[in-house]
Amino acid sequence: MSDDADVVIVGGGPSGLAAAIELRRRGVARVVVLEREPHAGGIPRHTRHLGFGLRDLGRVLSGPAYAARYARQAYVASVDVRTETSVTGWDGPRTLAVTAPSGRGSIRGTAILLATGCRERPRAARLVPGTRPLGVLTTGALQQLVYLERQRVARRAVVVGAEHVSFSAVLTLAHGGATTVAMVTEQPRHQSHGALVWATAGWRGVPILTDAAVTRVLGRRRVEAVEVTDLTSGATNTIACDAVVFTGDWIPDHELARTGGLMLDATRGPRIDLALRTSERGVFAAGNLVHAAEAGDVAALSGRHAARSVQAFLGADVWPAAPPVPIVCRPPLRWISPGAIGVDDRPPRDRFVLRVATLVEDARLEVRQGEKVLWRARRRALVPARSIGLDAAWVRTVDRDGPEVTVAIVDA
Amino acid sequence: MSTARANATTDVPFEVAVVGAGVVGAAIARELARHRLRVLLLETGADVGAGTSKANTAILHTGFDAKPGTLEAGLVRRGHALLVRHAAEAGIPVERLGALLVAWDDEQRATLPAITERARRNGYTAIREVAAAELYAREPALAPGALAALEIPDESIVCPFTTPLAFATEAVVNGVTLMLEAPLQAVTRTPPAADAAGARDADAAGVYVLLTARGHFRARYVVNAAGLGADDVDRLFGHTRFTVTARRGELVVFDKLARPLLRHVLLPVPTARTKGVLVSPTVFGNLVLGPTADDVSDKDATDSTAGGIHGLLAQGRRLVPALADEEVTAVYVGLRAATEHADYQIRFHPEERYVCVGGIRSTGLSASMAIAEHVCDGLRDAGLRLEPRLDFRAVRMPNIGEAFGRPYERSELIAADPDYGRIVCHCERVTRREILDAAGAAIPARNLDALRRRTRATLGRCQGFYCTAAVTRLLASASGREIAELLGVPP
Repeated sequence: MSDDADVVIVGGGPSGLAAAIELRRRGVARVVVLEREPHAGGIPRHTRHLGFGLRDLGRVLSGPAYAARYARQAYVASVDVRTETSVTGWDGPRTLAVTAPSGRGSIRGTAILLATGCRERPRAARLVPGTRPLGVLTTGALQQLVYLERQRVARRAVVVGAEHVSFSAVLTLAHGGATTVAMVTEQPRHQSHGALVWATAGWRGVPILTDAAVTRVLGRRRVEAVEVTDLTSGATNTIACDAVVFTGDWIPDHELARTGGLMLDATRGPRIDLALRTSERGVFAAGNLVHAAEAGDVAALSGRHAARSVQAFLGADVWPAAPPVPIVCRPPLRWISPGAIGVDDRPPRDRFVLRVATLVEDARLEVRQGEKVLWRARRRALVPARSIGLDAAWVRTVDRDGPEVTVAIVDA
Repeated sequence: MSTARANATTDVPFEVAVVGAGVVGAAIARELARHRLRVLLLETGADVGAGTSKANTAILHTGFDAKPGTLEAGLVRRGHALLVRHAAEAGIPVERLGALLVAWDDEQRATLPAITERARRNGYTAIREVAAAELYAREPALAPGALAALEIPDESIVCPFTTPLAFATEAVVNGVTLMLEAPLQAVTRTPPAADAAGARDADAAGVYVLLTARGHFRARYVVNAAGLGADDVDRLFGHTRFTVTARRGELVVFDKLARPLLRHVLLPVPTARTKGVLVSPTVFGNLVLGPTADDVSDKDATDSTAGGIHGLLAQGRRLVPALADEEVTAVYVGLRAATEHADYQIRFHPEERYVCVGGIRSTGLSASMAIAEHVCDGLRDAGLRLEPRLDFRAVRMPNIGEAFGRPYERSELIAADPDYGRIVCHCERVTRREILDAAGAAIPARNLDALRRRTRATLGRCQGFYCTAAVTRLLASASGREIAELLGVPP
């Protein structure tokens, strides 16, 4: 069973669906979205709180309403959305191996867009020692159990992390009848907005333990407690609980990018230029695969941006001959997306997004190419796990034949 | 599987009761099931193969490095041959990758001839020395600085989950009564029959009454294959001769994307105490690094430690530097049943109709089928009548190994049942049908751990971020349980 299309999009979340809808709007005939779950919509399907759709749809929706809206729009736009269809690897250039209830086969796209999103780093990958009882979850699993399966999953939970999604986990736990007994972050402060913190953890009196880490999971069949270590003093303390939720610490789902031989960069996703081209001719990447994790609307706008680039490629069949100029982040900056500058001038939303590893107050960001300073910007605070936007006006001044571009935090 | 509570006083006794359904006990039960016998398999845990057997390096050893002349040396060698053959028939994933035992300094290199000589004395002659240039040609990701290696081409990797399950399944479909969650609490023995008219010959020597958490059972012969609990069970039979010490082994499993880094099992030069830390591909397509070796006092101490994990990662990076960039998928802890003795402690008591199979340390998986043969020979010598069953049913297990065609890749399976084309666990590519199959198997998956060992569901890099809810719902509906019960949610 083999098949083809003008564009094959892997992943039916916000970025993949937004790209597909935009491609159809631009007149591309055969747009196929391969979605491995029974329903398209991606992570927002089980993220029940409000806050989706502001930047892409100009309205505020809950996650499920947002996901349903994109799925509906894709249907109306005659996008060929194939659910329960898993891409398991590559069968050749721009050709994907697929498993579905209808059988095993392959599909070739004139262009491929990877929109496989991201996930939270689970407990084992964070190397947290201890036993392996029931009750160790990620926010993704928690949300699905509470909102899709309507389960009560805990009575007393400890939440690891204090970034946006961590507070979403507190809300989900509360919805499922559980008390969050503590939030634990290695950072000196939480990494979310004050209003969101208050609306979720604050008024519930959930303590946020800063400069601290969960260093052991205890319990035989079910979680009984976690050990929390104060990173400043080294003191440990045991908190009784029956669940521990590991939140955030996002990593892109880059399996297809890696097995396809695509170049990766510091984002751990595929390296892309401003048009969201990967290192492989005809293969593009968008959404939280290239910036894990931004809000759903930012992922959708990334997909929409990719659609323009894909359409241009389909029309002219041109691909840059020269490799793009890489952008390198100096610590404590972790990564920048897009991470390379090729022939184009404008990234999605006319800005780059960055992440920082540690809290930096009164930060001066500097973009250089060799000796030449391209841009300077000042920020009151750079907060880990939080999106940092960087204006892209300086891109026009980059020497496309020059050395790598660096982004660093410099002294005043 | 019979789950009825037995009533010892009215039931006909079992000919043999095997205590412990780890890989060794299950292999013994299977071997017994090939004969016309009523056999009972007792297990403390909620599933077969759920103790020491589930967390190990999953190497099918040749026994090249065993101490020559020991029982272990002979049984590992024989067990390797038996399991390689049986695995092909029963659908147990085995890959003959071969091992490279790497010497990193002159001192280690100087021991290679002695290791080769020991292998020859163990009857293993395919071992040969490999120069550094060939070693690096075969393992390009190996850290620089290796001087030489020994190649042991028959060292293989095996599925540690399917193996005990295949043995136990074959036992159960051939009539063995499996009792799970039935820890042995006390043992009595009925006196030799005084009433000559009522007693049959078989019972003349007396019958054991085994009191368990699930009722009491009568058996004429008992085999103690209780692993970590073998010393406690031995004491219930009146013997005090060894103490089982749990030797904790921590293991780190790397993401499947690291699998292309290695082609062989990489072994260190062994020390007196352990085989040392190895790094090896797994039949699931990951890399495993370990084990550590710490004697612990608690036979339940299956918790990993910060020191263990970070120590292993440092060693792994020294062996294969590229591992530093790879994500860890899982950390496991296994407890090996070490004793104060170097060799296996297999003791026959023909007059008591009791066999103790103790001290089966880290090589139990490799030796299991030979141990079973050895135990049955001993039982025969003790007077047990072993008549082959003519209607013995062989089983073929669902394949969960990467090298043998997973259901999601098999068009003919998907055509026969579209649920083989519905991937539920995306990281491990487990299909809806496989989960339903496991829930309805001869030894059904009754909890999430048991499901993981039968299908790999939720064992992948996301550890259930995507599929916990869907997998738990499927198992709940297929097994008639509540999701909350499977998740152990407190009331």
